[in-house]
Amino acid sequence: MQALAPTPQQVAPAGRTLDVDNLTVRYGSAVAVDGVSLAIEPGEVVALLGPSGCGKTTLLRVIAGFVRQAGGRVLVDGAGIDHLPANQRNVGIVFQNYALFPHMTVAENVAHGLRARGQRGAAVGQRVERMLAMVQLGAFRERLPRQLSGGQQQRVALARALAVEPSILLLDEPFAALDRNLRLDMQIEVKRLQRQLGLTTILVTHDQDEAMSVADRIAVMNKGKVEQFDTPVAIYDRPQTLFVNGFIGTTNLLPGKVMAVMSDTATVALQAGATLRLPAPQGIAAGSSVILSVRPEQLVLSPVATAESWPIEPGLSLPLGPQLVLEARATCGTALKIVEPRRRIPTEVQRRFCALAPDARPSLFPRSTPSATE
Amino acid sequence: MSVASDLIDRPREEGRLRLAEWQLALPLSLAFAALFLAPLLLLGATSFFNDEKITQPGFASWTKFFGDPFNYKVILDTLLLGLKTVCATVVIGYPVALVYIDLPARLQKVLIFIIVMPMLLSVVVRTFAWIVVLGREGVVNQLLLWLGVISEPLRLLQTELGLVISLTQIEMPLMLLPLISVMSRLDPNLRDASAALGASRWRTLFTVIVPLSMPGLVAGCLLVFASSTTAFISQTVIGGVRLIYLPLVIWQQSLVVYNWPLAAVASLSLVVSVLSVIAALSYLGRRSSRHLHG
Ligand SMILES: Nc1ncnc2c1ncn2[C@@H]1O[C@H](COP(=O)(O)OP(=O)(O)OP(=O)(O)O)[C@@H](O)[C@H]1O
Ligand SMILES: [Mg+2]
Repeated sequence: MQALAPTPQQVAPAGRTLDVDNLTVRYGSAVAVDGVSLAIEPGEVVALLGPSGCGKTTLLRVIAGFVRQAGGRVLVDGAGIDHLPANQRNVGIVFQNYALFPHMTVAENVAHGLRARGQRGAAVGQRVERMLAMVQLGAFRERLPRQLSGGQQQRVALARALAVEPSILLLDEPFAALDRNLRLDMQIEVKRLQRQLGLTTILVTHDQDEAMSVADRIAVMNKGKVEQFDTPVAIYDRPQTLFVNGFIGTTNLLPGKVMAVMSDTATVALQAGATLRLPAPQGIAAGSSVILSVRPEQLVLSPVATAESWPIEPGLSLPLGPQLVLEARATCGTALKIVEPRRRIPTEVQRRFCALAPDARPSLFPRSTPSATE
Repeated sequence: MSVASDLIDRPREEGRLRLAEWQLALPLSLAFAALFLAPLLLLGATSFFNDEKITQPGFASWTKFFGDPFNYKVILDTLLLGLKTVCATVVIGYPVALVYIDLPARLQKVLIFIIVMPMLLSVVVRTFAWIVVLGREGVVNQLLLWLGVISEPLRLLQTELGLVISLTQIEMPLMLLPLISVMSRLDPNLRDASAALGASRWRTLFTVIVPLSMPGLVAGCLLVFASSTTAFISQTVIGGVRLIYLPLVIWQQSLVVYNWPLAAVASLSLVVSVLSVIAALSYLGRRSSRHLHG
């Protein structure tokens, strides 16, 4: 990597803004993308995270110009690009299956975009060499794609996309086919290249850890809609909807009822048998049914009963690295997962009650969030 | 089980598998030998007789056939007819295949049906249909006259042009089916990838789609060439007696003149000349698509 001397156009990266404005895509009568808006800063990496079929690939295909939207706009640096065909958008894309040209060598694959832009002669060769050096594949220039490993193919696809200096980079689950170690290497690699070139990037992924580690911001999608678009920390700690809450990390869901709302504080009686005073989100009224969501590491065990703790029946405990994962059941039947540091292995007596940790940031959701109905 | 014994066992198993596969192919090989190779040998033997009664062995039939410059012209015309038909089916068939891969699945089924339908009709029927279309009072002439493109009917029957037109239609399924089967297996992302890199549609067509569809194109060309050079019925019914191709010569010598040795020489000439063009075509095709099979 250190072999790459920065060239003038790489030193001063001029990232572009990418705005997706109320975008809707239909396949026949089915809505694949439903009013999605994203404002992406120059040089930012945004991860699109969501379950299969939620419209992530479709969104990328619209930005790249392969699919026409039914409504909404795509803007780069504030200018609409919807009227441009795919070959004039200068958007680099790496497909999940890489889509390398099987009849061309590695070098020819990388040169394809340069030739398409009218470059000829030695300049093409030099640029290809530089791109291959960047992804450390110089020795493989004469190989055909099928003579490469998955990770090598992925790097060729990246070199091919970056060779033409795109203004936007789209990555559609680029790491899905790689094994764990290679995936970590490639994540670091892509992040490094993206930083160096100052490329505004959208990364589609199924993998929340990947989204958390690579992205500056995450857009969590569900059924064609963006449920939340925020930093990884905010998505984890302050999920806006029950769907995001359940999709990111693991969580405990405790049903309860709002007894009273006083200014910003709600008094909630949990079915498990405790009464808690919690910060109330908007739209919560006294008497309504709610669900309290608490991360496993934000629950603590205690040997004594208080008004704010509830009795549990401890189940299996699994040592998991430095942590101990304890499964338990509340009296109302709700299954609970509690994570404790391994140092403090609780004894049997200490496992009788459960409460929120002092620094816990639980979330309160109305009982029927639209996204939780199915 | 140790690694060493694994290594020893594996080749033996592969050998066994290969033997089993070979045995599976045996019945078909025997049928080929009996129905294809034996008649060919018989044909070869027949050609080395001098007289029509097949009594005196000799090379007279060969020297007679190849001593006549007219026969060279017939061979050349036959091969040219095949090449022209191949060109016409490629020029018309390739765009159809391109359209096919872009159609929604429902319309693809309709198109496939339209392509295959002619194959469900006898060649004789299709050939006579072309007489109706191409004749002096036929659809083509009527239309051109009505449009004012021509002032008197064109002669299309009994011309090579008319024959190539009808053979193009008759042989089209043989071009389209292999072409479509190869093209619809292409990863659609390849075209998008090429476009995203800035390539125009034409550049993508010639640098990505055409090279990758080469196996289908070559297979189609071979089938159309072999089929059109030997299409006796269409050649004689539409070409008439004035256009002479090898199959007609063979028919005349074997069933009109009853000179079987000469008919055998003509048949072997047809087989050899068609096979050599096919061998050349498939060599070129393999070279251009070596990357696909390694
Ligand atoms: N060409 C198409 N024709 C019709 N429907 C399509 C087409 N492509 C996608 N869809 C539908 O649009 C929806 C969104 O698909 P998309 O490929 O964007 O999902 P995704 O989020 O990328 O899923 P995955 O994580 O499985 O790749 C799905 O319901 C899918 O069935
Ligand atoms: Mg997808």
